[in-house]
Amino acid sequence: MLRINNLHAGVEGKSILKGIDLEIKPGEIHAIMGPNGSGKSTLASVVAGKEEYEISEGEIFYEGEDIEELSVEERAHKGIFMSFQYPVEIPGVTVTNFIKTAINETRKAQGKKEMPANEMLKMLRDKSEMLDIDRKFLSRSLNEGFSGGEKKRNEIFQMAMLEPKLAILDETDSGLDIDALKIVANGVNILRSESNAVLVITHYQRLLDYIIPDYVHVLMDGKIVKSGGKELAHELEEKGYDWIKDEVSV
Amino acid sequence: MNLKEKLVSSFLAFENQVEVDTYVHDIRSQAIKVFEQNGFPKKKEEAWKYTSLNKILKEDYSVFPKQENALEYHEVKRYFVHEIDTYKIVFIDGKYSSHLSDTTHDGMDVCLMSAAFNKPKYRLIIENYFNKAAESDSLTSLNTAFSREGAYIHIPKNKLAGKPIQILHFSTGDESALMLQPRNLIVVDENSHVEILERHQSLTDNPVLTNSVTEIFANKRAIVDYYKVQNDKDKASLIDNTYVSQKQQSRVSVHTFSFGGKLIRNNLNFYQKGEHIESTLKGITIIGNKQHVDHNTLVHHQEPNCESHQDYKGIFGDYATGVFNGKVIVDKKAQKTNAYQANNNLLIDDKATINTKPQLEIFADDVKCSHGCTIGQLDNRAMFYLRSRGIPEKEARAILMYGFANNVLESVRIRELKRRINQIIANKLGVNIGFDL
Repeated sequence: MLRINNLHAGVEGKSILKGIDLEIKPGEIHAIMGPNGSGKSTLASVVAGKEEYEISEGEIFYEGEDIEELSVEERAHKGIFMSFQYPVEIPGVTVTNFIKTAINETRKAQGKKEMPANEMLKMLRDKSEMLDIDRKFLSRSLNEGFSGGEKKRNEIFQMAMLEPKLAILDETDSGLDIDALKIVANGVNILRSESNAVLVITHYQRLLDYIIPDYVHVLMDGKIVKSGGKELAHELEEKGYDWIKDEVSV
Repeated sequence: MNLKEKLVSSFLAFENQVEVDTYVHDIRSQAIKVFEQNGFPKKKEEAWKYTSLNKILKEDYSVFPKQENALEYHEVKRYFVHEIDTYKIVFIDGKYSSHLSDTTHDGMDVCLMSAAFNKPKYRLIIENYFNKAAESDSLTSLNTAFSREGAYIHIPKNKLAGKPIQILHFSTGDESALMLQPRNLIVVDENSHVEILERHQSLTDNPVLTNSVTEIFANKRAIVDYYKVQNDKDKASLIDNTYVSQKQQSRVSVHTFSFGGKLIRNNLNFYQKGEHIESTLKGITIIGNKQHVDHNTLVHHQEPNCESHQDYKGIFGDYATGVFNGKVIVDKKAQKTNAYQANNNLLIDDKATINTKPQLEIFADDVKCSHGCTIGQLDNRAMFYLRSRGIPEKEARAILMYGFANNVLESVRIRELKRRINQIIANKLGVNIGFDL
């Protein structure tokens, strides 16, 4: 589904990613872990298509297509979704209206008709129940005055509504208490299927207790320095990142 | 002959058409002298520093339309809020159109200024209210001098108007250039309530200049909600002079939606003449394409324990220019005043300009007065966020702009009007997404 070859990317002349290779197949969950400043969020943003980042070398293939030239929204229309580490507050636009517009613009781009209002309503109701979201929340301005946990839950709610093929969760666990974490993880697990994939980006192991990854990759200084199974996450939790640093430098 | 000379000399012709031996005509005669002395305002005057009338005054306007013109309802239906039942006072090229209007004398008067000026039964109201709130600046004086026609609304005490009143001014383009000077008088007595919508609409691209004066009197505990929809063609200009005089415990709101026209100047003045008054002034301006909108507001707090709320949002693209000049005066006597003023602007093009100037003159010491103005651009982070959810760039911009201006719409109490304005905004921003929040 996603294949990244020797990706070098940076912002304003500063190189951040220095040769990433990664392949994610449908049905898989991958986790990328790493210390602060290692380039985790940059990787998420580059795949989502944030324009400030420049790719200097390498390719990103999504479903066999080189997506470097695609705009942010075109990538979204093809099923790439990124959950934001810091979701933006948008006053004056309700959660419902935002999601409706996102779904219908995506459908338009895919050559489909707008979703009928009753279908939309049912979907909003079902998915908000699934994520334990109060209905009142849906008529509030997007992210405005939301707590950290509400913002993250709202991100997962958007994901549930948009049903992406590739979901990238950028530090979705930061700022969540354990109950919120479980709800978020539960949402992700419910959405899992044979045909979609998830890339979890996190600093800590604890989210991975609830979303069990098939592969764990350690990112340091813009490179994946180690890959393994879910046990690698536990090892990192126990020993921190320093032992890998030592191992790599040796 | 320039426009000023033309107007002054046509006053003689005007005097041949109206009764001159009247209370009103004495006021007119005084007013033409003021205009003759001062002429049109110039940029060197502080209040006109950022708005020049030069260009629009160059046209060769007809000051009296030559003939009466008719319109069929279906030709202009879309300019009415037609989904709901309303009273209508409609003018075509400055002349009353009984065909398109729906007036009443049943328990209240929703009719014409010409009738109010001429019929004895209105004399008392005219003598008590006409020109009593209006200032004597040159443009208002010019209107006063030629005041003859417009909307006359009198809601006696303890009365709900029942349905909104629409005041519409159409110009047909029959004249190559036309100047209009409607004069409206609205008197709302104790405990009464009225909702009024006003719109000026030209139907061709021929230049139109409207210099309008509206006086609103809200007596004790009266409620008046006034909505101005300004979405005219590119060659139409409007100078709107509105004066609101409020008595104790009255509540008056004026919403101004400015989306189109060549040059619009809104002189909106509130005078609080009693305690526990609420005054609300709100506006959304979305313009581009060399358009110019100037909001010049005044709230004069003269008595204690009153409130005023001002909230103006502006979005300026292309070579558009915006002006906001908001003056709040709090007299020494007006203790416990709560005055709030906000003016927020988005510049979505490098070439657009906004000049914003809050002016607070506070002579009382126990008051709460706050003001803030901002000038910003669309937030790139927000754009990325919306686009990452599949919302294309143009629609994402539109949503952010709508969200920015939206809170001004929350206080619009007529649902169909709100829907209409949402639609105009969507059209204006060139998107086909429903903003029905």
